Order: sequence, then structure tokens, then C-alpha cells
Amino acid sequence: MTTQTTTTTTSADELLLPVPDEDGAPFWEYAAQGELRIQACAAPDCGKLRFPPRPCCPHCRSFDSEWRRMSGRGRIWSYVRPHPPLLPAYAAQAPYNVILVELADAPQIRLVGNLVTSADAPLDSMDPARLRIGARVQVVFTETGGIAVPRWVLEKS
Amino acid sequence: MAATLKDATAIVGIGQTAFAKQLPQSEKELACRAILAALDDAGIDPSEVDAFSSYTMEETDEVEVAKGIGAGDVTFFSKIGYGGGGSCATVGHLAAAVATGQASVGVAWRSRKRGSGPRPWKNTAVQLPTPGQWTRPFGLLRPADEIGMLARRYMHEYGATRDHLFNVAMACRNRANENPAAMMYERPLTREMYMTARMISDPLCLFDNCLETDGALACVIVSAERARDCRQKPVYVHSVAQGLPSQHHGMVNYWNDDPLSGPAWTAARHLWKQADFGPQDVDVAQIYDAFTPLIPLSLEGYGFCGRGEGAAFTEGGALEMGGRLPINTGGGGLSEAYVHGFNLINEGVKQLRGISTAQVPDAATCLVTAGEGVPTSAILLRA
Repeated sequence: MTTQTTTTTTSADELLLPVPDEDGAPFWEYAAQGELRIQACAAPDCGKLRFPPRPCCPHCRSFDSEWRRMSGRGRIWSYVRPHPPLLPAYAAQAPYNVILVELADAPQIRLVGNLVTSADAPLDSMDPARLRIGARVQVVFTETGGIAVPRWVLEKS
Repeated sequence: MAATLKDATAIVGIGQTAFAKQLPQSEKELACRAILAALDDAGIDPSEVDAFSSYTMEETDEVEVAKGIGAGDVTFFSKIGYGGGGSCATVGHLAAAVATGQASVGVAWRSRKRGSGPRPWKNTAVQLPTPGQWTRPFGLLRPADEIGMLARRYMHEYGATRDHLFNVAMACRNRANENPAAMMYERPLTREMYMTARMISDPLCLFDNCLETDGALACVIVSAERARDCRQKPVYVHSVAQGLPSQHHGMVNYWNDDPLSGPAWTAARHLWKQADFGPQDVDVAQIYDAFTPLIPLSLEGYGFCGRGEGAAFTEGGALEMGGRLPINTGGGGLSEAYVHGFNLINEGVKQLRGISTAQVPDAATCLVTAGEGVPTSAILLRA
């Protein structure tokens, strides 16, 4: 695991940007192309997905990996609604939601994100009454500070 | 097998400073004061100390502490990682060092100014990579947010309610109301107050969170043989365990197969395997309570009830004095002081000496746990 601490200068009115490490960088590169990809073992007899990304497969110990494209669909596994005191940029949108999404393609893979009304909508755009464990969601991407970040919208049925 | 830690060492001294939102002394001074108080309690001269253990998050290191208290030559020192998960392991490491002859007088301590000092989520400049890149940009900023996520799922899966979390907050507050040293002495809590409190990270409200505190604590560990000659009645370190489960990810433990079975389960398996007694024989417990949901999760992990039964366990006054398992009898992190769980260790010692402000009659066994949700540790104490 990479353990370096990266310093970014974020002004008080900006949300925190992801600080990719060496293992996580491909996730953010694919996100910039609008793709949700998860690291998978590339050993022929294994192929298991893993998250967070890391150099070695915990199942077969292979160091070969690939990034497999996901459908981008999932379900809410849990959620919270943070209230201040928070960092200023987050306090300005609080209370907002943070959701944990289990991927439809791989329920054991869970991603932290936000449920919003559309890709570029604020973190508090979704009516809290619509937050529900089990709700079906779909990934979208928004650009913030030059980095594409996944967000989630309710799947249209 | 040769050496065993079982009852080979004992805690013979405990010390603490005042607990407050704001203390004028530095962390270094508070550390020295707590350690000297613990050594005085034990009747051991500071020059005899030859081992130290604390947390990696402890900012006063053993070099400064040893100089400050006038320790002699030091032959063992260690620091335990993962914040509050390290508390009980400090005692465990010293017990191992003393039992194997690496040292003879060990001091464990924690000094902290979090009542008046900085909090990590106020720091906008520095971000940690893995796993911060997967959580913090989305506004999952504070430990309360990270544990709230598990709490919501736990409530959904097992029918746990805010009333169950209130039972935990209430038990700790009731004990603090009896403890003059506690931050929440003479400050009662009611169900009305709890249910109408402001949310911090819904489903967790103000009273589900521990108290950020300035203060320090310490304890002294020697061999069982030496303990017999000390000033205080020895409290034996019966069993010790650390716990870092397979595929665990720390506080944001969302990425393994079973996020609701945390490090407590791993630590518990080893703890009970080494012990002469089981959960049913525990007279009183000091369970790490940075947040109320950690109590039901820990009750399950340490085997006081089955999986998913931790919330129901809190019903009917089970955690109160005279209940099935009185917990956090000094008030815990929720209502006595949050000094990364060290007050739970000292409170366990007080119970087995028979001097707690909320004494469980004839208490002879006590479980003390460290932070759940992070790589953790636990000790079983016996009179």
C-alpha cells in the first residue's frame, strides 16, 4: 500500500478532491472517460474483483490485474446525513446525504458516494424522503476541480 | 508451550489528571502528572520504570516522558496503532514484556488535548490517500459519519432503534452522574433530551458521540510476584488480545464480506481462548464507546449475545447497575471523558479494587475493550 501523504491546496468553498494513490489512479482515469471500472485479478484461473485497489490479489496472490467495466447500476446498502460542524464547503450543503452503493455486478463491492438529482446537482439536491436502503441507483459523473467524480441518481424504472 | 500471560502480571497503580474541555497544561505535562500519580498509587519510585507503551497517536513520546519523570534505563517501549484501538494493547504489550523478562516496571499512558485542540476534519489542507480517496470527497468526513453508515445498516438489518442507542447513552450518563471526576457529573440525560437532540450524522445525534476531552491517564504493570509487595491490591491481567480481521479496512470497513462483524470478533476469539472463564462470568465491562452503536456491535463480538442481538440486549436496564452487564461504570467515553479509552482501563482496575463510584458488588472479573471498528485490542482483568 502506498502510504505517502499528499498535500492539496483546497480553498474553503471547494469540496475535497480525491487524492489518488498509485493503486487507485486507474479508477480516476476511467472515471474521466465516464466509465466505472473496478480492479480485477488478471490471473487466468482467478479473475476476482477487489476494492479498494491494491497491488496483489488476496485470493490467488497474483500481481496481474485489469480494470473491468461495471454496468454502473447498484443498490443503496446504507446512508448517513451529515450535519455541521463540517468543513465549510460541506457545511454549506448540509444536511446532505452520503450513500454506500453495492454494485449490481458485484454486491460485495461497495462504493461511497452521493445520491443527487442529476450529475452536476448539489449534494443536498435529493429529497431525503427518497433515501432508502435497497433503492436502485445508477452512476453518473461530474467534474470538480479537473477530476471526474462518480455520483449516483435513482435508476429510472 | 512455555510462557503464558495468564495472571503473570498485574496492574498495581493507576493515575489520572482532571478531565475538562480545556486544561492549561501541555500534553507532555499532563502525561507526566498522570504517570507520576500512577506510580505513587503503586508505591514505586519513578527511577524503577524500565518500560513504556502508548498509542501511535500519542504526541508525547517515551523519550520525553522518561526524561520528565526521571525514569532509569529503559529496556522496552512500544506504540500501538489505530487510534482508540490501541488502548488495551498498551497493557498487553507491557504484560508480555514483563512476563518475558524484558522489563520489570511498565507504564502505559495516554495524554490528549482534544477538548481544546484540533480535530482532523477541520484540516482542509491535508488529505490522506487510501482509503481517503474513496470516502472523503463525498463528504464522509468524520468518524461519526463513518460509524453512522454501519449504524444505519445495523438498524435496518436487525430492527435496532434510536431507543436502543439511547439505552447505551443513558447507562453511561447515569454512571457519570455518580462520578465526581466525570465531565458529565451532575448533568443528567433524559429520553426527551436524546430524542430531540441535534443530529451530527443522522442516524447519530449529539448524545451518540463521545466527549472530546483534555486529560491524561496512566497505569503501572509489574509481575504478579512483585505485585504482592505493592501498596495496592493487584489487579491481574488475565488475558490479552489484539484484533485485525481478514480483509479489514479500518473505520470505513465497508469493503469486506461482512462489515457488521468487526475486529471485536477477532480479538474476542483469542481473548476467550486464553481465559479460564467466559462472557457469562464477566461481572462488569468497560466497552469502548466513542459512539453508542459500538456497544451493541461489541456485545455481539465479545459473545455476550448472538449476532444481531446486541440492541435487544440493552433493553430492560441490562447495562445499568444491577443489570445483566453493567458497563462503563465511570461514565465511559460518552460521559466520563474521551481519552481514547484509557479511562476504561483505569475504571476496570477501580472496579476490581472495589473503589468505583458505581461499584458492582464483589466484582472479580472485568472485560475492557479498545476501539471497535478499527484494529482493536482487549484485556480481561481479574481481582
